[in-house]
Amino acid sequence: MPSSIDILWFIPALPLLAAFIGAISTQRMRSVASGSALSAMAVSFGLSCIALKDALAAPGVHQVNNFSWVSVGTFNLQLGFLLDPLTAFMLVMVTFVGFLIFLFSTGYMKGDENYAKFFCYLSLFAAAMLGILVSNSLLLTFICWEVVGLASYLLIGFWFFKPEAAAAAKKAFITTRIGDLGFLIGLIWLHSISGTQLFYNNGEGFLETINLVEATAPALFAISAIGILLFCGAIGKSGQFPLHVWLPDAMEGPTPVSALIHAATMVAAGVFLMARVFPLLEFGSALTVVAYIGAITALLGAVIAVAQNDIKRILAFSTVSQLGYMMLAIGVGVWEAAIFHLLTHAFFKALLFLGAGSVIHAAHHEQDIRALGGLAPRMKITFATFSIGMMALAGVPFLFSGFWSKEAILHGAHTWSVSHIPFYIGLVAVVLTAFYMTRLMANVFFGKPRSHAVEHAHENNWVMTLPLTLLAICAILLGFLGTPAFPWLQAKLLGKDLSGALEFGKIFEGPGLMITSIVLVALGLGIGWAIYGFRKRERFGDADPLEKRFPGLWSALEHRLYFDELYAATILKTNSLLASFSDWLDRWIVDGAVQLVSKLGTLLGFINRDIDEQCLNAGFNETAEEIRGIGNTYSKAQSGDVHGYLRVMAWGFVAIVILVSIALNI
Amino acid sequence: MMTFSTILAQAVTGTSSQDIPFSPPLLSLIVFAPIIGGLILLIFPKLDTVLARILGLFFSLSTLVMGTGAAIIVLELFGTAPIIKTAKFMSPYKLVENGEIVSSLGINYHLGIDGISILLVLLTGIIAPMCLLASWKIKKANLFNALMLLTQGAALGVFLTLNFFHWFIFWELSLFPVFFLIKIWGGPNATRAAYQFVIYTLGGSAFMLLSFAAIYAATGQLGFNILPSYVGIEGSLNEKLAAFGSTVPMLVFWGILVGLAVKVPLFPLHTWLPITYAEAPVGVSMFLTAILSKMGVYAVHRILWPIFPEQLKTASPYLIWLALAGIVLGAYAAMRQTDLKRMIAYSSINHLNYCLLAVFAAFGATHATQAAADAAFSGTLLQMFNHGLSAAALFFCIGVLEDRSGVRGLNDFGGVRKVAPVFAALCGISMFSSLGLPGLNGFVSEFLIFRGVFELMPWAAVIACLGLLGTAIFLLNFWQKVFHGPIKNNTSKITDLSPREILVLGPVVILMFVIGIWPQFIINLFKAKLDLGH
Repeated sequence: MPSSIDILWFIPALPLLAAFIGAISTQRMRSVASGSALSAMAVSFGLSCIALKDALAAPGVHQVNNFSWVSVGTFNLQLGFLLDPLTAFMLVMVTFVGFLIFLFSTGYMKGDENYAKFFCYLSLFAAAMLGILVSNSLLLTFICWEVVGLASYLLIGFWFFKPEAAAAAKKAFITTRIGDLGFLIGLIWLHSISGTQLFYNNGEGFLETINLVEATAPALFAISAIGILLFCGAIGKSGQFPLHVWLPDAMEGPTPVSALIHAATMVAAGVFLMARVFPLLEFGSALTVVAYIGAITALLGAVIAVAQNDIKRILAFSTVSQLGYMMLAIGVGVWEAAIFHLLTHAFFKALLFLGAGSVIHAAHHEQDIRALGGLAPRMKITFATFSIGMMALAGVPFLFSGFWSKEAILHGAHTWSVSHIPFYIGLVAVVLTAFYMTRLMANVFFGKPRSHAVEHAHENNWVMTLPLTLLAICAILLGFLGTPAFPWLQAKLLGKDLSGALEFGKIFEGPGLMITSIVLVALGLGIGWAIYGFRKRERFGDADPLEKRFPGLWSALEHRLYFDELYAATILKTNSLLASFSDWLDRWIVDGAVQLVSKLGTLLGFINRDIDEQCLNAGFNETAEEIRGIGNTYSKAQSGDVHGYLRVMAWGFVAIVILVSIALNI
Repeated sequence: MMTFSTILAQAVTGTSSQDIPFSPPLLSLIVFAPIIGGLILLIFPKLDTVLARILGLFFSLSTLVMGTGAAIIVLELFGTAPIIKTAKFMSPYKLVENGEIVSSLGINYHLGIDGISILLVLLTGIIAPMCLLASWKIKKANLFNALMLLTQGAALGVFLTLNFFHWFIFWELSLFPVFFLIKIWGGPNATRAAYQFVIYTLGGSAFMLLSFAAIYAATGQLGFNILPSYVGIEGSLNEKLAAFGSTVPMLVFWGILVGLAVKVPLFPLHTWLPITYAEAPVGVSMFLTAILSKMGVYAVHRILWPIFPEQLKTASPYLIWLALAGIVLGAYAAMRQTDLKRMIAYSSINHLNYCLLAVFAAFGATHATQAAADAAFSGTLLQMFNHGLSAAALFFCIGVLEDRSGVRGLNDFGGVRKVAPVFAALCGISMFSSLGLPGLNGFVSEFLIFRGVFELMPWAAVIACLGLLGTAIFLLNFWQKVFHGPIKNNTSKITDLSPREILVLGPVVILMFVIGIWPQFIINLFKAKLDLGH
């Protein structure tokens, strides 16, 4: 039986094949498209589980399989596949969540006229995302990274006839591309100085040789700069400040897309990349930048989420905020906690988005929380599972996975030697998270229905509720993989075998911190319920209680702190000016100069002719009469018939060819 | 082991030495088959149109067939014959045909092929039939096909000739059919465009001719294979030219550079290009951007740096700014165009200047590693091929829009993806290829160029990134306005691709994927050249 590393490439290749089948499927073959997408994901999930088992057997080993991609002269580019616990855990998560979301989509997208294309794009996305995970080469990561961006572009713009969707797709692609250019430069720089872009290569990969680099000032500068450039890519993809603006707009895509790509997997790719190249980041001073950007994003996302009214946008900003937490964790040096949170977040955020999708589907595409309401008795499974997701996100203690992973991050931030600012920011965001999720729950599920469609909403069928249920179970159980009493997941990620049994004594490690955060969660939930739970919204048009109290602040938050406006006034304006300048330069200066030369030429010719006619020609006129006679004879040759000219040219050419042939004796 | 290709190679080359004319003269056949086809169509203007079309396609396809044969032979020769690295001036040319015409003047009929020319011959073989198929329904098809075949032959002559005398004839010869093609079948401003095109290029060529006259006066040689050997040896080209005056070597260099720069085009000699590409009929725009613009970059590789490395080294730190201007201004000017053909024309300026950027960076860098130079040069060569595919495909797509609706403005369409999904898919792939999306061909060459340039001149690579960003912006803007959004009036006239049109775009799109995923297959064509060292 072949070892896992040799068959690893099947995991992304199968969804790629499914994408190809989806691309050539017509609308009548729709079930072929979705069937192949689902079965590809199922098989990939199976293979991922085998790979995980294999990786866990020897967690400290990085199994690789490298091959040459481009080789010319002394220049080489290698690609490769890599299997270690980090890859394997991510593979299992992506294929499992992916499969459930594919299943959910068969129900959600049932009536869509481009059903087959939808599964084609979803499979393309899955293939590229799995490609990022199995990659052992920064270049292969970049290639898959961009293809993921393409899939995201196609899926955000899936309803392309809607102008907002088309605009959101373009915005997402271009915003992330700005970050990706940083990634590209970082990749090229790394390859220039180290000669390889393979992560591991039996002691010669750049993550392995980084420890041998002498810590001179130029080396520290270059490696820090490379780290920050690679982080630029992660900023774009993972919606970090200041490139977070595309992610909320991306919610124009169908809801399963928001769940899979813009919550659970793709946006986490940036965190995964940072975890992957962690030895490189650790060497220079890039980590400090990562920690602060993460902290700012965590707070920013949570603050803005408070004043959003679209259910999907609230969740989108919550994703921004949670990704900020993960970056914060990377920055303070506990990347294994970041991956732990990434995994738990993937499940409970997918759950929340699919729950939102279930609500939206039942409420006939109403997504404004002011128009929803009273759905708890109408959609019991959705309500129950959504509540689990909400509590996991808010970090309700002990039972829910989000609590444990968030705790691990806060614990790491608390012990960071550089500064405690990210830690305090993290604590503030904990309160806000609990608060805005309570606001969301109260508005959507409690009170009375505030629109006609909602009154008649009812629970969806099993293809939509089964994924919700499974994800809800995971949102609870997953936390127990990494409690302080038995940090199995973290140990495996760090390449260690966990020796010894459960240490229940350690479960309350750092009791002060844990109690603080439990109190903060309770505070958030309590304030939220006090404001939105006791006095529920009556009508769609009612102002938010906070809006009445702080109208200015509320409006700023509602407008997402005016980031879009700021960028429109600065970056977009500069860009547009540069474009106008280029066009103007070309039309008026460069081409103008050319036209001027040609005009001068004409003028010169005119003067010349004038002189000729007035002075010189006078005496020649008589001679000219005679010449004209001769000219008439020749002018017959100049018939003005292009075909005639060309025919003569053709004969001339034949003559040349004959001459050449004679010269060559052939 | 005797493979099919070895047998073929032996059958064609025999056992004779490389510099004796072979039978059959494969390269001459490649060059003259389209010309003969064109002449037949010109000499018999009353030929039935259908027959003329089929004949045209037949002769046009001959390049692809014979070019593939030549490629197999060249690969085989480079692959089996051990190459001695110390033989610095060993001729890298294969399948050489050499016959003296006017021996006293150093004028030889001299054809040869190497890694660079084989790439461009194959590109011509792919694009030329595509252009004819794209113009299948054009009026006066006989004359159109004849002129296209003549242009094709002239371009092939440029790519395969090793003696300046003939090379220059082919170089100039390519202009005249194009002049008529634009003037007769072009848009409303076609006459001005045609004149501007010809006069601009002729003007550039005049400088080049003068330069070669000076070189000839100094050395008595016109062979591209011989002149490089004058570099850096006793009694070198520079010293011989300096005998006429101390500034002459530099002037000669600039003369040649201007001739090439107009063709590529290098900023600020590019203003003929947007109007020419916009006014030309679609098949001609495709050929102009895919093949004729490559003549300039090709000549940089064939003439400029082999013969004038020292001057290029001195001038590159300045020239690189012009290449950067072309990259950034090209991309940003494209953003402001409302005529889609002009937009793609500006994007061509942007793409081709990446090629020049790599060459100038390689020569202008104060310290260069071999690996970076290899990346830069192979990137340039691959970029020529890739740009040929993607730009031709995009011009064809604009042609499809114009053909059906009669307009080609950025704001004339909307929602085309809804009414013509197959067209949208193929056009979208071509667009992403042009944008440099990984997985498609454009990325590979741009990555190689950026990788090379970054190590040689980091700041230049960083500035050039603006071009990458600009390209993404205007192409996605084009896509959003034309293909997305609600359906507009003109869009209702758009029908999906016919089988003939799929036949044009399909193979090119497949090639985009193949090169994007497995670039080594095309790199192998010119790999031997770079393995040899420069």
